[in-house]
Amino acid sequence: MIIKKTINAVKTSWKGLFLTMKHIFALNKRRKSIDIKSDNYFEQKEGTVTVQYPGEKLPVPEVGRYQLHVEIDDCIVCDLCAKICPVDCIEIESIKATGAIGQTSDGSTKRLYAPKFDIDMAKCLYCGLCTVVCPTECITMTNQYDRSVTNISELTYRFSDMSPEEAEEKRKELALQQAERQAAKEAAAKAVQQKKQEE
Amino acid sequence: MTSPFLFNNFIIFLSLNVKCFNCRLYFLSLQLYSIKLNFYILYILIAVLLFSFTAVFALFGVYAERKVSAFIQDRIGPAETGKYGSLQTFADILKMLQKEFIVPQAADKILFAAAPVIIFLSVYMGFAALPWAPGVVPASLNIGVLYVFAIVSIESIGILMAGWGSNNKYSLLGGLRSVAQVVSYEIPSGIAVISVVMIAQTLDLQLISMRQGISASETIKFLGFWDVSKTGGFLAWHIFQAPHLIVAYLIYFIASLAECNRAPFDIPEAESELVAGFHTEYTGLRFAFVFLGEYSMMFLVGMVGVLLFLGGWNTPLPNIGSLRLADWTTGIAWGILWTLLKVLLVVGVQMWIRWTLPRLRIDQLMGLCWKVLTPLAFLCMLISGVWRLMVMG
Repeated sequence: MIIKKTINAVKTSWKGLFLTMKHIFALNKRRKSIDIKSDNYFEQKEGTVTVQYPGEKLPVPEVGRYQLHVEIDDCIVCDLCAKICPVDCIEIESIKATGAIGQTSDGSTKRLYAPKFDIDMAKCLYCGLCTVVCPTECITMTNQYDRSVTNISELTYRFSDMSPEEAEEKRKELALQQAERQAAKEAAAKAVQQKKQEE
Repeated sequence: MTSPFLFNNFIIFLSLNVKCFNCRLYFLSLQLYSIKLNFYILYILIAVLLFSFTAVFALFGVYAERKVSAFIQDRIGPAETGKYGSLQTFADILKMLQKEFIVPQAADKILFAAAPVIIFLSVYMGFAALPWAPGVVPASLNIGVLYVFAIVSIESIGILMAGWGSNNKYSLLGGLRSVAQVVSYEIPSGIAVISVVMIAQTLDLQLISMRQGISASETIKFLGFWDVSKTGGFLAWHIFQAPHLIVAYLIYFIASLAECNRAPFDIPEAESELVAGFHTEYTGLRFAFVFLGEYSMMFLVGMVGVLLFLGGWNTPLPNIGSLRLADWTTGIAWGILWTLLKVLLVVGVQMWIRWTLPRLRIDQLMGLCWKVLTPLAFLCMLISGVWRLMVMG
């Protein structure tokens, strides 16, 4: 029994040692980093697999699912992406415009300004839900993944193209419009009251 | 009553003289001519030389280990620091030198601090008796084999001190396992060594290496029938003088892996279960010393194996007719070269095995030691006795 076991142990150990030796001798072959879509992706069976990262990168598909990007001109500031986000990494502030601002590339009318459209990529979990709910498809995932920063605040991407002054101006315009409307409303109400009293 | 004492003194005097002479050959350039001063300075120099050798070997060993493991696993290993990552271990040791000494609050401070020193010193002192080339040995002892085995087993005390002193369950478990393992494996390795000593009839490592090549003073026979005293080369190595010594060497080699706590017998460190085993709590330079001890131990056990079984500093090239390869490649520089090459080869095999075989469970470990290696070692010893009487006459 023990002799059989010992012989088996020696045999299997040798098998393993032979296998690892084969790998040592295959070290000067380097596996190339090829696209996963390539037909001979699984043909490379020998050689080192290390990708020396910054110097050499694995090819990624053009339609990657990595960092988020917002085409702010197409955004109607509906806030759906911020609402669906499971980790609340999107922060949007909106200012009503006094009228239609313009149209997005798919023809929706824009009625809101976005003075703030921040995405905290440090929080983002890359689920892609925001891209699904976006009615105008302005928020997308890109093939960019290598964004190392030295300060974590740099990972908050700001997509708004409005300066604070512009935002302040729009807020004033809105306030003015609202005040006008309020005044008009009050005037109308007064007129109705007066009419009632006269009757 | 006085005569043996005098005789003994005379022998010591002689051996010291011989030693001084050998060393002086080396340090002639240092212009150390004053005999008295010379004596002590040489001792210190040899100690420093051996220490720097172990340190350099540990740095090289760690680098080689990382590269070998990488190649076996289809990676490329350290590649950024220096050409092919060759400065990686120097960077590591620089980092380690700057680290803080952290002593756990519950630790036994004295044991904790002393353990790395004992671990390293026991291995380092083992080097004192190992010959490097004909006539080159730091301390020529006529009980060299015994000395090396005695001093090296002190390492397990250091490991137990580290494990107990850390006051940490992982460390303690690691220390316990290590001692259990080292004590068990000393038996097969010791008996395998005895089977060589029975053939060689001496405990002096220098004499043992001398009788495995062309400098042998007695008749040595390849496999017991072909006189190779003048041929030398690998034919004259102990494992080829008596074939059962191949088995003895394998037993010694396996047991030596267990003694230096290397995979597949690395249960004292067992990263996946015990964090890092007995040295879990060590930081900085203390950790470096534990590591230094470990890698020096690899070299030491490899070198003892080479000395006892693989011809020591003797050349592997035999004399073939008028092609006096063995004569040409024997000498002090050649001796050091052959020793280094052979030991590095053995260390390479140790690494190869570490990155191939999975770790043994503790019962398998003990089963292997007591049920397979020990009986086999006894068998080898028995054959050695018979061989000595029947074949060697």
